[in-house]
This record gives sequence, structure tokens and C-alpha cells, in this order.
Amino acid sequence: MNIHEYQGKEVLKKYGVAVPNGKVAYTVEEAVEAAESLSTPVVVVKAQIHAGGRGKAGGVKVAKNIDEVRTYATEILGKTLVTHQTGPEGKVVKRLLIEEGCQIVKEYYIGIVVDRGTGRVVMMASEEGGTEIEEVAATHPEKIFKEIIDPAVGLQTFQARKLAYSISIPNELVGKTVKFMQALYLAFVDKDCSIAEINPLVVTADGNVMALDAKLNFDPNALFRHKDIQELRDLDEEDLKEIEASKYDLSYIALDGNIGCMVNGAGLAMATMDIIKYYGGEPANFLDVGGGATTEKVTEAFKIILSDEKVNGIFVNIFGGIMRCDVIANGVVEAASQLGLTKPLVVRLEGTNVGLGKQILAGSGLNIVAADSMADGARKIVSLVQ
Amino acid sequence: MSILVDKNTKVITQGITGATGLFHTKGALDYGTQMVGGVTPGKGGTTVNITLENGSEVSLPVFDTVAAAKAATGATASVIYVPPAFAADSIMEAVDAELDLVICITEGIPVLDMVKVSRYMEGRSTVLIGPNCPGVITPGECKIGIMPGYIHMPGYVGVVSRSGTLTYEAVHQLTTRGIGQSSAVGIGGDPVKGSEFIDILKLFNEDPGTKAVIMIGEIGGTAEEEAAEWIREHMTKPVVGFIGGATAPPGKRMGHAGAIISGGKGTASEKIAVLEACGIKVAPTPAEMGSTLVSVLEERGILNAFTSH
Repeated sequence: MNIHEYQGKEVLKKYGVAVPNGKVAYTVEEAVEAAESLSTPVVVVKAQIHAGGRGKAGGVKVAKNIDEVRTYATEILGKTLVTHQTGPEGKVVKRLLIEEGCQIVKEYYIGIVVDRGTGRVVMMASEEGGTEIEEVAATHPEKIFKEIIDPAVGLQTFQARKLAYSISIPNELVGKTVKFMQALYLAFVDKDCSIAEINPLVVTADGNVMALDAKLNFDPNALFRHKDIQELRDLDEEDLKEIEASKYDLSYIALDGNIGCMVNGAGLAMATMDIIKYYGGEPANFLDVGGGATTEKVTEAFKIILSDEKVNGIFVNIFGGIMRCDVIANGVVEAASQLGLTKPLVVRLEGTNVGLGKQILAGSGLNIVAADSMADGARKIVSLVQ
Repeated sequence: MSILVDKNTKVITQGITGATGLFHTKGALDYGTQMVGGVTPGKGGTTVNITLENGSEVSLPVFDTVAAAKAATGATASVIYVPPAFAADSIMEAVDAELDLVICITEGIPVLDMVKVSRYMEGRSTVLIGPNCPGVITPGECKIGIMPGYIHMPGYVGVVSRSGTLTYEAVHQLTTRGIGQSSAVGIGGDPVKGSEFIDILKLFNEDPGTKAVIMIGEIGGTAEEEAAEWIREHMTKPVVGFIGGATAPPGKRMGHAGAIISGGKGTASEKIAVLEACGIKVAPTPAEMGSTLVSVLEERGILNAFTSH
């Protein structure tokens, strides 16, 4: 789960991670009030969206006085920002972070991720702050330093020192940097993050070590034990269909094509998207209906798929193990009838009770095209939506 | 022959009195697996009574702890059907009790819990399969997990996969061609897991009853690439692969917690390229996993060994 920069900074502040003072603003007046309450003459007006590259897109402005705060806030609130991470349609800015300005001496990168190979949390650091870390990893991998953290003891002071020396933090600021890193690690582990990126970490003219930007991402599997983080969810930043799907415990991701998919199992669902594309079609979504699907769940899944106007046909691909084909068939028939489905529907059933399932579909009186195999189903739906 | 489990393996179910645990324990018994008991803290001393499909009645003892269950039943393996909030603890309990094999079916365990489990297991000999996996099956002998038993057939092809339903797809494609399986192992869809491809491939390599392998991977991480390098150096049997998620957009978690392309890494095309460079033929579509294996076996002139039993 993603959150905004200002929310990430609020979380980090609670763990003693140094961040600039700032306040969120939803209106121009709030932005002005926020600026007036801060203690620096120079403040930064920052668009808050769940995407990077905001600066380059004109979403971050340095204001030297209150008039400029007003001007920039007016300009940025409501604007559609298009960055390399938003996609061409961009994102509408609905919140601003008004933050104290600082004199940046140097920028660094600090990040924490879970490394799959070792099964450990890893802290990375680089002197190349302010750049996309993937670029640095591609062109100058030797400039990225890593410390693997033993979960039994946490990030040890000597490890944080090692990183600080590797990225040439000024000697007199190593102590502050070590504190920063250890606090960041604590926040990461305590809140079950999946990624924590401080890019850039800045050293300021008045001798501070601070997170100028903070990107925290949370493990969806752990949200059940973090009600406070759940409350930070911004539904404006999510696809409506994905929000709806999560209510019914459906795993759904919107894509750009016109063939809706309903599948049981994530691997098979991905493979179904792949095989549709292979035969010249474009999948409209990923949807894993899961193993315990009921008629209701199947109906909701159909509704969500069809709420995408781009969908011109649906491919249901089910390999039932515990999931019984007759349950799916009943669900499909129920959904198609309830919704008055007129678009082409291809259903491929395999597995438990397949004979019964096929019977139910054939006897439904609905225009449902049966497929004998996954390939057959994919070919059929692609030709039917052409 | 087989890997990990066979007709002699004695298995307990952790979470046996829950609906899911009970349902799949019955499924295992129906298949002929030696289910010998279960664990639900607080319900020790009770029994669960199960009526099988063939009408016979089985009564299994329930214990408060894995250690007690192991001592009383002689079980060497456990299957875990425990909710995500408590599953990591269940794994560690089974490891502490020194079971040979633990299979965790649970999906949704917090990643940092698995980081702890991984650390906990260092230096211990228990093998963990999963979490977020369909389980392990040696056709005709032992089924531990949620896979439909009837699609499998005993034979010589090992199957190892991150996806449950894609495994069923591959197994089905083999069985309908008269090609059986030695064992099918679901290693699961999570980023931090008990066993990786390499661990299972080593076992298949050493198993005289496995003569070829199908490896089913997906986007996210670099386990397939590492497995491919290992295969090139060590594997003495033909391996065929499939990688799901060629059309997955970057940055999105495609159902499985571990199925995510991040920082440009873990794409299907990268994995396919490495697999092919290491001599592993990759099925172009998920519908051709079985036929791709058949073509490789035909090229080597050994197909007959797989279809006659």
C-alpha cells in the first residue's frame, strides 16, 4: 500500500527520523496558513501524489514569500501532473505539502528493501542522491553500498557507520546519520514496510541530516495489524475497480485492453493474460477469483470486469481443484442473467465436476461459448471481439 | 520414485479443527495419504472424525502441540492450514519439534514474519515448502495440499512451480499424453520462501525416479535465473520451462506477493532469455508446457521411457 510523502514523513517523525517541518494543505488558504505557521521565510510547495518525478513535472516549487505560496498553491492544486511514473493520463493534485525550506549542501540516497535472495532486510546507500536509484544501479553499481541486516539483532551501529563512511558523510555528521539510519530501520520493521526510500537524504548548511523526500510502501499482507496505516489510504489515488474488487476479496488489476478475464489462481491468471496477447488480443484486466469462490463472488467479479467500458468480451478460464466447476458455472450463469450480458463470453472449465459444469452452461439458454482448452478459449475470445 | 513424500510419509495437520484444515485432511485421506493426527492448541485430547468418500470412518487424534503430536504418532511431516497472523509461529513450532518436512499452505503471511522464520530455520534440518503454496504430491502415494489428486498419474516427470493452478495445467497436459509425474512441488508465490527452485531441482536431480523436469516460474525476483545457472552446471536430466507474466505491467503485484516487477528487475523476458541461454527450452504459451516437454524428449529419443509404465 502506498501513502503520500507528507504521511510518510509523519510516520518517520514518530520514530525520531529527522524530517523538515511541514503541513498538509487541501486548499490555497490552508497552504497560506501552513506557510505562515512555519519558521522559515522560504517554504517549498509540493504536490502530493502517489508517483515520483513531481519536481520535473512542475509539481515542486520554492516560494520566497507568502504571495508566492499563494501563487504556486493556486497553480498546482487541481493540476493534472504527468510524470514518468503516472502514465500519460497523469494524476490530479488534491493535496499539497507546505514544507520549511533548507540550504542543501549535498544529496544522498538511503533505501531499505527486503532482499528475496537472502530473505533479509537490506539497507542501501549511495552518494548519488536525487537520481533514480535504478539508473545508478544500471550505470554505476559500485556506487551503491549494502548492509544485510540480521533480524535477530537489527541494524547494528557499526553497519550504519560503515554505510555512512562508504558514502562520504562528513565526519562530524556521521553520528546523526547513524541515528537516522537506525530510526529508519526501526520504522520499517515496526510498521511492516515493503520499501522505504529516502531520496534525497540531505546534509544542510546548518549541520542537519534530514529526509528531504520519503517514500514508504507497506506490505499488504501485514495491514491487518496496522489500523493506523490503513487509515492513510487515499482512495483518489487508486483505480475505482481495484477498490471495489478489494471489498470482495478479489485480486484485480486494471489493464488497457478489451478482453476481460476471470481466472482461479494468480499464476494461471497471469498466464491467461499472456495467452490472450499471444493470439493477438489485449487483456483488459488481471483477476484471480481465488479458490473459495461462491456464486456471489463470481457475480461481483463479472460486474467489476464489465464496469470497464473498454471490455468487449470476457474469457473465463477455470482449472478447479477445490473450486468445483458446477459452482463456477452457476455463478457465471447467474451473473450473466442478472447483468443482461450481451457481450461475447467464452468459458473454459477443467477440473472437479467439469461434466456437470459444462452441462449447466449448455442448458442455461445464454450465449456462452464453451472452450475445450486454454488455447482454444483464448483463440475464440480473440476472434469474437475482433 | 519421488522426492519429499511417499506412501510411507506420516503427516499431521496444523490447524486440523479449522474448516480448511479439516476439508483438506479429508482430501488427503481420500487420496491415500497417511494422515495420522493434527494440532490445534487448546483442543488436545479430542479427536476429529472424518467420513471418507468410500464410506469408511477415520478418527484422528488432536494435540495441543506439534511435539506431542510427533511423539504420539511418529509423524515426520506437517501441513499448515493456519491463518496468516499465526502461520509463521506454526512453522517455527514445527521446526522446533524437528519435523523433517513442513508444508505451509497459508497465503498472506506478512513478509517480515517470513524474514524471521528464515533466520529461525538457519542451522536446522527441517525442510520448509511454501508458504502460499498448493503443497506437494507424489502421485499414487501421497498428497499433501489442495491440488486435485485425480489429474495426476505416477511417472517420471518432476514438476516444480510457483503457481498452483498453472501446475495443474501442466500436470493435466502431461497426464492426457500418458506421461506421469514422479512428484509435483508447489514452492509458492511469496517472495521469501522455505525452498527455492534450486533446492527442489537438486532433489529431482538425485532422484532415480525422476527423468525430466518442468519448471514453472513467473515475474518477480531472480530465482528462475539462479536455477537456470545451476541447471547448466549440475543438472543431468532435461528441463523444460514456462514463465508466466510476460504481459504483466511493472510495479504491480499480480496476485502473488512475490509476483512483482520492481526496479526493472524480474521481468518475464529476462527470465526466458536466461533459461534459454542455459539450454532450457521455454514453452511459448501456457498451453504448450506438455508439448514442449514431449518435443524435447523426442529430440533425445527417450519419449518412450516416459509413456510406457
